[in-house]
Order: sequence, then structure tokens, then C-alpha cells
Amino acid sequence: MDASQRKKYWRENLKYLSILLTIWFLVSYGFGILLVDELNTIRLGGFKLGFWFAQQGSIYVFVLLIFVYVRLMNKLDKKYEVNE
Amino acid sequence: MGIQTWTFIIVGITFALYIGIAIWSRAKSTKEFYIAGGGVSPLANGLATAADWMSAASFLGMAGIIAFSGYDGSVYLMGWTGGYVLLALLLAPYLRKFGKFTVPDFIGDRYYSNVARTVAVVAALFVSFTYVAGQMRGVGVVFSRFLDVEVNTGVYIGMTVVLFYAFLGGMKGITYTQVAQYCVLIFAFMVPAIFISLMATGNPIPQLGFGSAGEDGVYLLDKLDGLMTELGFTAYTDGTKSTTDVFFITAALMMGTAGLPHVIIRFFTVPKVKDARKSAGYALLFIAILYTTAPAIAVFARTNLMETVQDTPYKEIPSWFTKWEDTGLIAWTDKNGDGKIQYLPGSAVEGKKPEFVEGRAEYGQRKISNPSMTANELYVDRDITVLANPEIAGLPNWIIALVAAGGLAAALSTAAGLLLVISTSISHDLIKKQFARDISDKKELLIARLSAVLAVIVAGYFGINPPGFVASVVALAFGLAASSFFPAIVMGIFSKRMNREGAISGMIAGLAITTYYIARFKLQWIGNPETSTAKDWWFGISPEGFGTVGMLVNFAVALVVSGFTSPPPENVQEIVENIRIPSGAGDAAEH
Repeated sequence: MDASQRKKYWRENLKYLSILLTIWFLVSYGFGILLVDELNTIRLGGFKLGFWFAQQGSIYVFVLLIFVYVRLMNKLDKKYEVNE
Repeated sequence: MGIQTWTFIIVGITFALYIGIAIWSRAKSTKEFYIAGGGVSPLANGLATAADWMSAASFLGMAGIIAFSGYDGSVYLMGWTGGYVLLALLLAPYLRKFGKFTVPDFIGDRYYSNVARTVAVVAALFVSFTYVAGQMRGVGVVFSRFLDVEVNTGVYIGMTVVLFYAFLGGMKGITYTQVAQYCVLIFAFMVPAIFISLMATGNPIPQLGFGSAGEDGVYLLDKLDGLMTELGFTAYTDGTKSTTDVFFITAALMMGTAGLPHVIIRFFTVPKVKDARKSAGYALLFIAILYTTAPAIAVFARTNLMETVQDTPYKEIPSWFTKWEDTGLIAWTDKNGDGKIQYLPGSAVEGKKPEFVEGRAEYGQRKISNPSMTANELYVDRDITVLANPEIAGLPNWIIALVAAGGLAAALSTAAGLLLVISTSISHDLIKKQFARDISDKKELLIARLSAVLAVIVAGYFGINPPGFVASVVALAFGLAASSFFPAIVMGIFSKRMNREGAISGMIAGLAITTYYIARFKLQWIGNPETSTAKDWWFGISPEGFGTVGMLVNFAVALVVSGFTSPPPENVQEIVENIRIPSGAGDAAEH
């Protein structure tokens, strides 16, 4: 793998990271903490939405984020032939 | 059969299982001892990481903390799970590609400096010892609760078991016992939770149950909010901490989680880079099962407690109440002399715990010597949330015994993981890398085993004579990990320009300011206690959340210092290039 390929691979990786970490920030610090009072006016069954994100929703999203990253990176590794 | 007999049988079987696994998976080389030969499957590593991560505090304490702090408890739920996203995306794959044995290995090589390595070893030892002291105590407490032995005897039994499989198997033994321990603990946690959820709401899935309605058609959370505000508590779904503080505590716990050496080290044990990513996913999935159930249990338990005790005459209280009163986890003083229990805001006792004295008062309740001046008559230890669950749900004795085995599995698996980090730090990072570079693998393995023995003895000592700071474990261990390792590792991977001078000064600055803040505002060891109260917190940030500030200081100092000093040498920049590309991880471990 030459230097420019490496750079491209790394840049795509960083792009995935910034998108996924933005979502990570949004569901926990955003929905669960900073915006919790606003979201609490919305109901999700018996839950206030902000409270739900803080104690349930953010955790589900975290799990999903990692598996999405695994998939994206497995594809990326194949594309650049650095998979094993 | 009685609870005691069942407990002996089930705990006996699980212990025999752990020891059997330890004998079967003996380590024959340092590579097996330190990183299980690098051949653990991602699924097994995910299970082991989950058990490693979830301590007695997660198993017994978490639901209780949430039950008694409501929304504020969210910091632990988000903080201790969100860190895995950082691990999976920012740390684990690259550290696996780097392919050595320990975190100080990475810091030392990446920052081409023995000083950096030493700072990292000291921080790793400090974080791990702080953490493990609490775990050994936890083992003792679990034993004393369920088997009616002294706490100290419990610590000795725990030490013996951990010693056995850490000594023989190292990481290999620990990994496979942790897999078994995860299965025991999650089963023990979920069975009562499912029954309680069914009882409270008719829904067998606790995660959905606590968002649904009880028999009266009122949503459970609304009912609880109503009960609490009526009595003058803050509503359960609101919380009392400031938004700033919640933000900073959550962040400190997340970065701390991602920087804890005993968690990071688990990702060295899988064969490939993509396995490291995947096993972080599995780990979080398995952790999430418990962490999303805990808030549900918390709501069921809190509602049940408020409904059962409020204005109930002591004479008519259910038997679980008096049983846990006998063990000292519940205490009631009839302050207004009406014979009924009033559970109100404020502490029911002076100090932290009730001090029981001989004899019984008017209604047969135990006497305490330190009732407080508040109108609240009831002291409830929060551990009771999980402990009393099976009895409240009327589950059979063998399930109560299972909870005991689960609590022990949680405490032992975490203690073992920490002890391994300590012994590896001593034998590999200190002795092999600093003093005796050319010792043979066999000798190093022997030293590693002896270090494990030493680590168990020291941890046991702290378990029996807990130092004052054990209560502040959370603030300390996570604050220090967040302010030292997390920034140093992240910059080591994502910045080619970060050099030795920057990383070392960053780590020292982060550690120093965090230690200072915790020593002053949490432990009150330094400074005038009168100017070290919650009112004097900087920006209103509690000591638990200060690790985030320490981390920011670390980043800032490191970036500034590295900007004024020369870039790292060619070969180090090549290391960074190399760890960013996943292929060839297998070879890297053969060093």
C-alpha cells in the first residue's frame, strides 16, 4: 500500500469516526443531558423521552454504533485490501 | 432446602467450575500469561470483558444507586457504556495492531521514552490498586451477606480462589473463567428482574416493563414521580444535580472507562484488528443487557419500597423488611411515636450508617444510637435493591442462592482482571523493561506469577484494612484514567506530531490537577476544609466529574509543549503510520 492510498484509507476512517461520534454525542450529551428538559415534554409510552434517552436509548444507540463501525471498517479494509 | 444449603451448593459448584477452568487453561509462556496467547475469539473476549468490567458494584450497587438518585443515576448508565464506543472507535483496534502486552508498553514505545513508560506504570498501578481494594472488600461483603461469615474471612476465601487461577492461568485462565462468570452473573441478575417485571407490570421484559402501566392503569414512572413529589422528594425522572455537573461526570466516566488499563488490555488478546473492533461491540452488548435492566429494577424497587412502607405500622410490615433490618441494611426509628413508618427526604441517621445498640424498642424494631433530627424515620442501604429482589418477588430459595453466586462472580472476575494488570505492570513493565532486559521467557513467567501472588496479598491487605480513599474509588480511578491514559493514547494514534515532551508533560499536568482536586474537595486532605465545600467547586464541577477537566488540561498542555519542541523521530512516525493500517497484526505480537 503506497503513501497516497494510506492517506485515503485514513481519511475515510476519520470521516466514519466523526459521523459516528457526532451521533454518540447527540444521543447521550445532547438528548440525555443538555436537551433533557425539552425532550421530557414528549412522551414515549410511559417514558419521558429525555429520561428514556438518558437511561435506555443512548445505550442501545451505543451498541448499534459499534456494530455499524465494525461493518463499515470491514468493507473499507476489503476495499483497500488491508483486511485479514 | 434452606437458603444457606442452596447457597453452599451453588457457590460451591461455580467455584469448582472456575478452578477446573484454571487448571485446564494453564499458561505456558509469558505471551499466554499476559495476553492469553493472542488467540481469544472476539465473542469469548466480549464475554470476558463484560465480566471483567462489571464488578460487585455494578451487580449489587448500580440498581440501588439509580433507585435512590433517579435521573441523576444516568451518569453511571451513560458513562460506563459510552466509554466502549470510544474504545471501539478510537483505541482498541490501533492498540491491537501495535500488538504488545500492556498500556505502558504502548506509551513507552510511542513516546520513545522510559520516563513516559514509568509515568504510565505508576498511573496504571495506582488506578488498579485503588480499584482492586474496593473489589476485595466487595468479595468479603458478598460472602458475609450470603454465607454468614466475617467480612475478613470472605476476603481470605476470595483471595485464595483468585490467587489459584491468576497464578496458574494468567490472562488465559482469567479469560475463560470470566466467560463462565459472565454467564453466572447475567443469569443471576436477569431471572429475578424478569419475575419482578412480570409482577409489577405483566411485561416479562424489564426494559419495556418500567415504561408501562401497573394494574391500576397508571404508568409506573408517573406513579413514582407522584409518590415522590407528594412527600417532598425531587421527582424521580428529574434529578438534583446541575446540568454542568451531570455533563462533566458522564464525560469523566466515559473517558475513564476508555482509559482503564484492565479494560484496554483485554483487546490485546484477540487475533486480529477486526476482532478487536468486533469484540468491543460484543462486550458492550453483554454489558448493556445488565445496564439497561438495572434502571428498570431501580424503578420497581423504589416504587415497591415507597408503597410498602409509607405510613405502614411496623407491626404489619412484610418479613423481608425485618430480615434485612436484622442484617443492619434497614433501620427504623419511630421519631413521631405513631408506630408507623415515615419515609421522607433527608438522612434518617447522623453520619453515613446507623449505629445499632443492644435491645429492641417499643414495636420490636432495633435500636440505633444516632437518629438524625429530620422527620425521615427510615434508613435503607441501597444494596438492598438487588439483594431483596428475589424475596420481594417471592422467588424460590435456589434463586436467592443464585444471586449470591452472581455477586461473587462479578466481584471475583473484576478483581482477577485488575490483579493481572498489576502483576504484568510489575513483571513486564518494571522488571523486564527497566531492570533486566535480557531475562529468559521462563524467568519472566516465574516473576509474573510471583508478582501475581504479591498483588493478591497487597490487594487482600487493602480489602481487610480499607484505606480511607476506597469510598472515593469512582472519582479517583476514573478521574486518573481519564486525565492520564486516555489523552496520551488518543494523541499517540491520531497525531503523528505528538512527541515525548508533550505527552509526558500532558500526563503529569492532567494527573496532578485531578489528584489535587480530588484530594482537596473529595478527601479533604489538603487545603482549608471550610473553603473546600461543594460551594467552592470550580465551575460547579464535583470531584467525580473533574477527570474531564484533567483530560482537557492534559490535551492542552501536551499540544502546547509539543508545538515548541522537536517532532518525534522518523521511526516513531512509522509506528504511527503502521498502527493505522489493520493488516499484519498477527506478526506484530511476536516480538
